[in-house]
Amino acid sequence: MIPAAVGYVRADSTEEAVAALREHGDEAKLLAGGQSLIPLMRLRLARPGLLVDMGRADDLRGISVDGDTVSIGALTSHSDLEHSAELAEVCPLLAHVASQIGDPAVRHRGTLGGSLVHADPASDLPAAVLALGGTLVATGPDGSREIEVSDFFTGFLESALAADEVLIAVRIPISTGGWSYQKFNRRAQDWAIVGVAVAESGAGVSLVNMGSTPLRASAVEAAVAGGAGVSDAASVAADGTEPPSDNNADASYREHLARVLTERALVDAGA
Amino acid sequence: MPGTPLLEVGRLVHMTPWGFVMEVSVTVNGEVRTVDVEPRTLLAHFLRDELGLTGTNIGCDTSSCGACTVLVDGRSAKSCTMLAVQVDGADVTTIEGLAGKDGLHPMQEAFHECHALQCGYCTPGMVMAAVSLVDEYSDLDADGVREGLEGNLCRCTGYQNIVKAVLAASE
Amino acid sequence: MTVTDTPFAGGVVGEARLRKEDPALLTGEAKFIDDLELPGALWVACVRSPHAHARINGIDTSDALAVDGVIAVYTGTDLADTWAAPLPCAWPVTDDMKNPDHFPVAQGKANYAGDIVAVVVATSRYAAADGLEGVVVDYEPLDAVVSVEDAESDRVVIHEDLGTNVSYEWPLIPDPEGVDAAFEAATHHVTETYVHQRLIPAPMEPRGVAVVPAPHNGDMTLYSSTQIPHVLKVMAALTLGVPEQKLRVIAPSVGGGFGCKLNVYAEEILCMALAQRHGVPVRWTESRTEAAGSTIQGRAQRQTIELASDADGKLTAVRATLLADMGAYLQLVAPGVPLLGAFLYHGLYDVPFYSFTCKSVFTNLTPTDAYRGAGRPEATYAIERAMDALAVAVGVGTDEIRSRNFIPTEKFPYDSPAGLVFDSGDYQPALDRAKELIGWDTRMAEQAERRAAGSTTHLGLGISTYVEMCGLAPSRVLASLNYAAGGWESATVRILPTCKIQVVTGASPHGQGHETCWSMIVADRLGVDPDDVEVLHSDTAISPLGMDTYGSRSLSVGGTAIWMATEKVVEKAATIAAHMLEANPEDLELTGGVFSVKGSPEAEVPLAGVAFAAFTAHDLPDGVEPNLEAQVTWDPPNFTFPFGAHIALVEIDEATGAVDLVDYAACDDCGNQINPMIVEGQLHGGIVQGIAQALWEEAIYDEDGQCRSANLADYLVPSAAECIDMKLDHTVTPSPTNPMGVKGIGEAGTIASTAAVMNAVVDALRPLGVTEMAMPASPMAVRRAIEAAGGGAS
Repeated sequence: MIPAAVGYVRADSTEEAVAALREHGDEAKLLAGGQSLIPLMRLRLARPGLLVDMGRADDLRGISVDGDTVSIGALTSHSDLEHSAELAEVCPLLAHVASQIGDPAVRHRGTLGGSLVHADPASDLPAAVLALGGTLVATGPDGSREIEVSDFFTGFLESALAADEVLIAVRIPISTGGWSYQKFNRRAQDWAIVGVAVAESGAGVSLVNMGSTPLRASAVEAAVAGGAGVSDAASVAADGTEPPSDNNADASYREHLARVLTERALVDAGA
Repeated sequence: MPGTPLLEVGRLVHMTPWGFVMEVSVTVNGEVRTVDVEPRTLLAHFLRDELGLTGTNIGCDTSSCGACTVLVDGRSAKSCTMLAVQVDGADVTTIEGLAGKDGLHPMQEAFHECHALQCGYCTPGMVMAAVSLVDEYSDLDADGVREGLEGNLCRCTGYQNIVKAVLAASE
Repeated sequence: MTVTDTPFAGGVVGEARLRKEDPALLTGEAKFIDDLELPGALWVACVRSPHAHARINGIDTSDALAVDGVIAVYTGTDLADTWAAPLPCAWPVTDDMKNPDHFPVAQGKANYAGDIVAVVVATSRYAAADGLEGVVVDYEPLDAVVSVEDAESDRVVIHEDLGTNVSYEWPLIPDPEGVDAAFEAATHHVTETYVHQRLIPAPMEPRGVAVVPAPHNGDMTLYSSTQIPHVLKVMAALTLGVPEQKLRVIAPSVGGGFGCKLNVYAEEILCMALAQRHGVPVRWTESRTEAAGSTIQGRAQRQTIELASDADGKLTAVRATLLADMGAYLQLVAPGVPLLGAFLYHGLYDVPFYSFTCKSVFTNLTPTDAYRGAGRPEATYAIERAMDALAVAVGVGTDEIRSRNFIPTEKFPYDSPAGLVFDSGDYQPALDRAKELIGWDTRMAEQAERRAAGSTTHLGLGISTYVEMCGLAPSRVLASLNYAAGGWESATVRILPTCKIQVVTGASPHGQGHETCWSMIVADRLGVDPDDVEVLHSDTAISPLGMDTYGSRSLSVGGTAIWMATEKVVEKAATIAAHMLEANPEDLELTGGVFSVKGSPEAEVPLAGVAFAAFTAHDLPDGVEPNLEAQVTWDPPNFTFPFGAHIALVEIDEATGAVDLVDYAACDDCGNQINPMIVEGQLHGGIVQGIAQALWEEAIYDEDGQCRSANLADYLVPSAAECIDMKLDHTVTPSPTNPMGVKGIGEAGTIASTAAVMNAVVDALRPLGVTEMAMPASPMAVRRAIEAAGGGAS
């Protein structure tokens, strides 16, 4: 299938991107790796008027560690996260989750920022970043601001980013405590039916595909913090969630999976 | 296609009766090709319809099957999930660019030797994905090959001989 | 016959020879339908009903016509006078079968989501896609019939003029009283109901059509990604009313078919009509998502199977009752698909009494038709699942229940209770070998240990033994089943002046490797290099006679025709050689490419010399025509009956319901093998396709008749990551049906594997109280079954 006609400009820097977004308003859509956007355009479920292609904004690519914080450029590819020896050292959960996305070809093109801004509750990286905590750095016409990760995902495929803002970096605390990512699906290439990410031995727990946004499993985190055993902590994994129903799972099966996978993740993470 | 310059951000864009077109200059199989395309043109269609490189096949609409896999700057990419404008300035290798004067690429040779293809429709994408996989991951075992090819569907072979071929070529 | 009685000359036949098809496919050189360069071609895009059942109250094409590049839009009404006949159904299985008119573009009413209601013609594929959005159709949605039970009730009659949704009922009950008596006397009476979900065939190459007209002399070339260029030529000529001699059909490289390209489709006839109308080439390429509504689907039937047995589990009768879903219309051979299984619901078991009945109904869903195995996977599934249920009832092992019932080897040729003659078989060794490959005893012990330890990962072992009928088909048998064509195949073998060989076949390969195998058959006999043999096919101008490729027929029917044409050309060459050697033709033998006189090896002439002599024709025996060429049309006297035993080992995670395929072993028997590498390849792919039905694939429709798994993100064709290495072996029981002793292997894997996996799944779950599992055994379905049975760690 074939996308509808679209305009195109290339923005090789954050400034150019912000300028293009300001000039073209709601019509414009940022294009990073395109691994989510282009399939939607092919099915004509997305039909932006103008693509602002940031794919070559190389200043937004890269991983650096400064003290307790890892800064990752928004255009860093999943593949770069997966293969980064540095990231494996300071934040193994994120490196591992990146390696579980789609397939290698998707990982070569897809970007961390693109995945976060797309805000798909079924995606792996948003949940991982939620479990890790930290801030997202956005730049707009009035300069830059930091958004708490926990405030970022505001609705189905919606984020706290303003229409004329560009996500430029992700800052997460170094996280070398017990971690796990349990991704459950029927085929390796598919979205998670349910996924559970655990950071810091249960201090951070998040859920994939259990609602309209990527979710923090706050009840589990609280239970772990309160010294509950893994079974008890996992038993509240689905509390307060409103998971979707689709071909592979209805809501109650998702709730069941969330509990099972959370327990496994906590055990795996040494909680 | 000539037209009136409409706006300029980064690159020259023209307007034609068909909408926007843009000049794309890309190195394909070692040769620089410069073509005007609509921005919505999928890389797969650009390769097939504009450059006549029909070895790259299209098998789905959802980035699921991998029949269209090519190398962009040396790494596998699904050319149905990229726009031609995104490869402006890049280096693209298609299945047509894999075999040299001396014959088949070792990966192609291994697919032949191991009977890793039947109808052959998924094969160009599968071979390109395999070439990239072997380059990206060292010490691949059978499970690694299976997982590494998870984004390339084949309906004929049951994958057993594909795995065998990729392992053979990776040695 | 034993293996040593080989009919072959001892040359290349039997070697794992690499394929000559590969280089073009590996390099992108092969041309599939969408690869064809057709300057000036117009692109067609089809406006398809989004509703499963809707009246069409009006169509506004004005916005579409305003799109740049769109040059025409046609509705069903616009094209109503174009068709000479409705799209064909070639298999009216009963005299009173109900068959609704089915035209390429619907008029008045759309009967499934995907039914074409208008067509856009444009100068590019992009413009055609844009044009689609501009066609505004005023639909009045009607109640949709989406289940066979609802269809059977006639709550909503889809084709009002037919008065019912029932297309036909077809019984095969040779001895009704005998069946009833057997069930009355039975110690064990097992009744099982199974549902074969709808499957999307999904060859990796979607379909496509291109038509090149020659408006002034009336020629027309139809290119199609089809398995059946020859059948298509006849049917297309009749449907559009064009003279057959002016029509040429070419199947370019075809990227898999699996039965779904064994059809005459709306788009083929439509593109011909539009090419005629516009006088320029016209082309259409299917998109994957579109295929859910434009290409046939498979399986889709509900089965009830009953087994009667004595106290030892020896079968005394089998009764099968089917309710089959034809979809909205009858496609080319759809009504006959259940019949291809009708004779096999007793499997490879010696059963005296047999009853089969099929009722087929219309629904508001995509039409169904042949899909890899067509009827035989369904039959095998029913009997093999039910045999496990019988084993439980009798209290014996699933291996033992089968061994007790196998048709004894000495009974071959076996007169089956359904009226067939099974050509040859030796079933127990195949089962023994499969058990050995999987490590049956060790695995059983491991299963028992886990059960005793209370493990929550459950092991299951499932056997499926099978016999199938393939090599379609004896024309007289087809006549008795009301099929509208024959089952012969044609071949020409031509020895060129330079002693290179051309073989022309009416079979139409699309990935199987026929060119390699057929050239091996000919090379073996002629003593030439297989690379010197070129196999020509899939173009009705080059290969005018043919019945194409489906039903695992291309070797046992098509290959046999080639074998016989080779014998015939050798006979002619021998006549010329004898003349050259001044000997009697009957005293000559052809070995290693040289004719020699038996007993006087010094008197010899190479085949090359004979070929050139036949070409120059300077000195031929009286009455012998120049050139070496022979044509044969072979009509087989019987089907062939491959068989085998497959065993699957699965592991089920009780908490999630996930089924993990751990191991798979199979021993198959397709008679003599031409190329064992290709036999194995066919099995690999076939087995995975059958496993996919058990575990992953399903065309999911909602209550409104919308397909919710139309693309490959939602329709779960497995990848390498879900599959495992299979352990294969074979036995060889040659067929007496043809001179090469060959059977068929293209469908066998798919026929066998589904039941093996599902038997393994149920075996794993049985200790939890689960006795039945619907397909596909998705994690949620398995978990639900465990919960329903009252079990399940959470």
